[in-house]
Parts: sequence; C-alpha cells; structure tokens
Amino acid sequence: MNLTPEESHIFCTVANTPTDNNFTAPAGAYNFRVNGKSIGRHSTKNINIVPKPDNQGLDIFIAPNTKNETVHIPVAISATGLKETVYNDFHIGENAKVTIIAGCGIYNCGGADSVHDGIHRFYVAKNAKIKYIEKHYGFGQGRGGKILNPTTELHLADNSEAYLELEQIKGVDSTIRNTVADLSQNAKLIVKERLMTHGRQTAESIYDITLNGRNSTADLASRSVAQDYSSQTFKSILSATQKSRGHSECDAIIMDHAKVLAMPALDAKTKDAELIHEAAIGKLASDQLAKLMTLGLTRKQAESQIINGFLK
Amino acid sequence: MLELKNISFTVKGGSRTKILDQISFAFQPGTLTVVTGPNGSGKSTLAQIIMGIKNPTKGQIFLNGKDITKDDITTRAKAGISFSFQQPVKFKGLTVYELLNIANGELFSPEEAGNILKQVGLEPTEYLSREINQKLSGGELKRIEIASVLARKDAKLLIFDEPEAGIDLWSFQDLTKLFQKIHRQHPDKSLIIISHQEKILKIADEIIVLEKGQIKSHGTPAEILAKIGEIK
Repeated sequence: MNLTPEESHIFCTVANTPTDNNFTAPAGAYNFRVNGKSIGRHSTKNINIVPKPDNQGLDIFIAPNTKNETVHIPVAISATGLKETVYNDFHIGENAKVTIIAGCGIYNCGGADSVHDGIHRFYVAKNAKIKYIEKHYGFGQGRGGKILNPTTELHLADNSEAYLELEQIKGVDSTIRNTVADLSQNAKLIVKERLMTHGRQTAESIYDITLNGRNSTADLASRSVAQDYSSQTFKSILSATQKSRGHSECDAIIMDHAKVLAMPALDAKTKDAELIHEAAIGKLASDQLAKLMTLGLTRKQAESQIINGFLK
Repeated sequence: MLELKNISFTVKGGSRTKILDQISFAFQPGTLTVVTGPNGSGKSTLAQIIMGIKNPTKGQIFLNGKDITKDDITTRAKAGISFSFQQPVKFKGLTVYELLNIANGELFSPEEAGNILKQVGLEPTEYLSREINQKLSGGELKRIEIASVLARKDAKLLIFDEPEAGIDLWSFQDLTKLFQKIHRQHPDKSLIIISHQEKILKIADEIIVLEKGQIKSHGTPAEILAKIGEIK
C-alpha cells in the first residue's frame, strides 16, 4: 500500500521505518495504522495481533518464553479533523522478552484539530521483560491543532521488568500524558521521558507509580525543554506500600517566555520504603554555551547541541 | 602575536572595583607565557577577556594586528584562540568522544580521539563513551577539559586557566611535560598558562606577575623567581 510522503515521514520519524513512500514491513509482528485504519498487519508464531471490535484498537498476545522479538504498532494521521481513541492491550506471557515500538505522528495542514488518544495497557506476566519505545511528533502548517493524549498503564507481575522510552520530539500542540504503574514483588520499572515544547504548545505529564511488591524498584527520569511561549506541567507521585526503592528525577531547561511547573510527590506507606526525588528547572547554562563557543560553535549551534544532548 | 593595550575591567559592587587596570602586554608568537599572582589579582579575568568570555571595560586586543576587541567567543575561537576552563563544564547527554569531535570541527576516528585522551592520561576504552557529567571526578573532568583544547588542531593560541586545579590523580610532572611537549613540537603555537605552581613557572619563556589588577613585573623564570625569592 502506498503512503503519502507525509505519512512515510511520520513512520520514519516515530518508528524508524525506511523513508520511501511505499510501505515496507519491518521484521516481526506489526500493525501500521493510518487515518483510523490498519494498512498492514502481521502476526508471528509467538505474537498474535487481534483487532478489537469496531476498529478501536488491538489485543496483542505475546506467548510465554518469546525471546527478542519486536512489535511495531505506530500510528499516522494525515487527515485534518480526525479524532480517534484507540485501546491497545498487551498480554505478555511469562519469561517473554520483547521490544514494542509504538508512537504517533500527526500531519495537519487543515483548519480542524486532529486528535489521537492512545490508551496502552500492559499486562506483564512473571519474569517477562519489555522495552517500550513511544515517540510523538507533529508537523504541517494548518491552523488545526496536532493533539496527542497517551495513557500508558502497566501491571508488572513478580520479577517482571519494563523499560519505557517516551519521547515527544516536536510539533505537538497539546498533550496530556498519563502513565500509571503498579509493581509486584521484585518487579522493576525504568522510565526515560524526553519532552520538547515550543511555540504556544502545552504539555502535561502525569505519573502515578505504586510499589506494591516487596523489593520492587522504579526509576523515573524526565528531561524536558520548554521554548518560546510553551508551558509544561510535570506531576508525579511515587507510592510505596512495601519495602522497595523508588527514584524520580525531573529536569527542565526553560527558555524564552516558557513556563514549567514541577509537582513531584513521594508517598511512603511503610518505613522500609526508600523514595527519592530530584527536580531542577533552569535556563541554558552560560558556562556550557561559553565552552562550546570556545570550541568554534556559534551561539545558536551551541544552544542546539546542549538541547539535543540533554534530550538524548 | 597577541597584544593587549590598556585593558581595564571593572565591576560594580558596593564601590566600583577595578579587577584589571591598564594592562598592556605583547605575547610573542611561539612563546609559553605563565601569568601568575595572588588570588584576586585578575589572572583568570585576563584570560577570559582574551577569549572573549568577558568584555573589557576599556582597552583593545589585537591578534596578528587585527583588532578583535569586539569579536565574540566563536569568532576568536575560529581565529585560533583556544581556552581551557578553570572549572570544567559538565554536559548532560554529551560524551567525551562527541566533545572532542566538536573541538576538532570534524569526526575523529576513535583511534585519533583516543590518542588525545592518552595525552592527558585517560584510557580511551574507558572514557570515550562516557557522558561528561557529575559521575566523573573533578580530576577526570579537568583532564577531559584539557583534552578538548588539545583536540583543536587549528588553535594557535592555547590558554589554560589554572590547569593544575583538580589534577589530583595525575601528577604535575605529567602536566608540565605535556605543556613542554606541545611547546617543543609546535613552535607555531603560543601558550598562556594561568598558574601558581612553581613547576609550571619554571617551564615558561616569560612570566607575568599580576597584583591588584596591574602588571607588577615580567621577565624570564630566573628573573621573576629570583625577585619573589622562591629560588633557594
């Protein structure tokens, strides 16, 4: 199936697919969604992708003991005014180890808002490990907004692990990101969030992580850059009901006339919980700019280098 | 040649404070000059003014006859001035290899970058992929800072602001040997080193002694060290 150049650009950006205009299937299981419809779906022996009724999402069944397989489920919207809510449920079997590449891009050259609300629920069985990569991106000169509201819900069974890379590249006018997780015994969650806002964009990132299992651990690291007149809100609550360890860190660079609000919270329900939070909001460091300029970069190049490195 | 003409630098405090007062000096090409003096004498400010990190309140700076007083840091860097910071700068998300490539202006091979690290006593396999962040010790950061200056192949004037500060794991002897080697192998390069260390003073072609923002004296190491009574 042919893609428009914009759709192809979206998949290349959010899911690392080839840049040509023809749909090229990646290895492993996949479902590519364009303007509310699947344009290509493939299951493997171990990964079964089943559409939900009314095209409102997918159930993705990953067999126990599946090792080193990949699932691609990216979404592209190029139709102005399209609004969709999609539910994708991942059922990950015991001892499985898989990488899931999601992400959504919106190209909007029209006057109406385009909206994608993606709700991803993960049921990670005992001893399973997942790596989840989700990138969001928007472009197009239309007056209509490019709006993405992802919800990520994780249920981690005993000894399971989840590693999340959540990235908003640029061009998303409005986003509310909700991430909720509960961890059982010895479960481990690592979240790496990267967020860039510019223009008059708004972004809200909300985390609610509960360490319910003994010796469970969570590490949340959020870095963001707010440029122009954009505004960001970061809210996190890290709760522990058992002997466990949690660390959260939000670090923001604020530029121009932007605004950043950080509201981290820790909630220990037992004296055996070890919870740490670090937060910092600051402008571009003048010593970093000066250092890179002494190496021959212009001020603009130095700013770009610092931001790109920070969001890496 | 770098020439300073009547450089002054003042800051506003409770009363107006002169950090540098009418500094004039010509740094000859290919020389190793050490600027020394007590704390607060204006040494680091002078180095920063030459690099363009601070702007003089009065006076002019000439590089090979061209007035660079109003040039920004980048322009001076491209003209061949290089600067090692007293307090090394940390970067989230930037690796040592990437920093060296920026300094070089193009991609080094890992071997080339590794050879530069070896010059400052760091093992390439251990450090090239490291992020330049707070996980590195002060001494490691300092050596990486010096390496970034060595990576600038087109630099003609190398300024080191208190290079010995924080070099706790690497001997002064290695540091002074490195400066001597650069000086010996690159007669086209000039070095200005801000330092208190006698070992570094002794390898200079010329020493400038600053005191209260003025040049108190200048001369060869033998002349200056004799004057300040540090040669036993």
